[in-house]
Amino acid sequence: MEFDVLLVDDSAAIRKILQRVLRQTGIAIRTILEAGDGQEALQILNGQTVNLVLTDINMPKMDGIQLLAAIKGAASWRDIPVVMVTTEGGESSVGEALRLGAAGYVRKPFTADEIKGKLAGILPAPVVS
Amino acid sequence: MTLKDDLLRSLSKAVEDVFSIMLGAKVVGGDVAFESGAPDAHDGVLAFVGVAGSWAGAGCMSCSPRVACRICSQMLMSESTAVNEDVLDAVAELTNMIVGSVKSHLETELGPLGLSIPTVVFGKNFTTKSAGHAEWIVRPFSWDSDTFEVRMCLAPNQCPAPLRVHGFGPADQISV
Repeated sequence: MEFDVLLVDDSAAIRKILQRVLRQTGIAIRTILEAGDGQEALQILNGQTVNLVLTDINMPKMDGIQLLAAIKGAASWRDIPVVMVTTEGGESSVGEALRLGAAGYVRKPFTADEIKGKLAGILPAPVVS
Repeated sequence: MTLKDDLLRSLSKAVEDVFSIMLGAKVVGGDVAFESGAPDAHDGVLAFVGVAGSWAGAGCMSCSPRVACRICSQMLMSESTAVNEDVLDAVAELTNMIVGSVKSHLETELGPLGLSIPTVVFGKNFTTKSAGHAEWIVRPFSWDSDTFEVRMCLAPNQCPAPLRVHGFGPADQISV
């Protein structure tokens, strides 16, 4: 299976790093789409097939928690795994994300192995070294 | 341990961890200073992130354009020779991670805190001023032959508004 991945972060630097890390994981990736906030992400989801979302929480316009709620509240999107990649580590935001149905979270700063390990437990296809 | 000690310790650890993990760089902390007067004029790049909740303040990192370019080059694994949008974004995000790490650490003691979106300034001979009167903890760091500075202030919030860290209230609606 090839994955279409959506990266959501207001930092272009983080999106570039995540792109590089994803390419290193061995996951079969067809496309990597990018959005700078939750609203942009919803626009992309409305027009494209996405199999995995990695999103920041603290973003302008629409934050990652609101985006997660929108994804989990839509019948056509609710099965898409959403991983929070965030500086937030407190119960208030991470706990809320998990309650809303996030597949997991990775704390910034992150290593490539942390991203790979998290995705290995989430994606149906094996993650190859 | 006082909150000031805890803040200093967690700030120093956050800087070391973020530089190590994101840049593969070893940084060494210098002598700590406490400042409450008017700030000096800055040259270069300054990124800051606000903290709000029962305690409020801000954290910031300042560095020369050369160090900012070095941060970006190492973070993105591509050469940056002039301060551009990528460089400012990299410094802002690094600051966000540092302040975010401190905030997460302090939340166990101070309760939920919120973070602002990072703001970054690049210029010459500019000054910054906080509306509060909190004392800033200032710590320089050396990175090989380069230096940069990290500072943070945090004080009890006299009249904290209900913290809306993330998400939405019942009145908010999201259309899909």
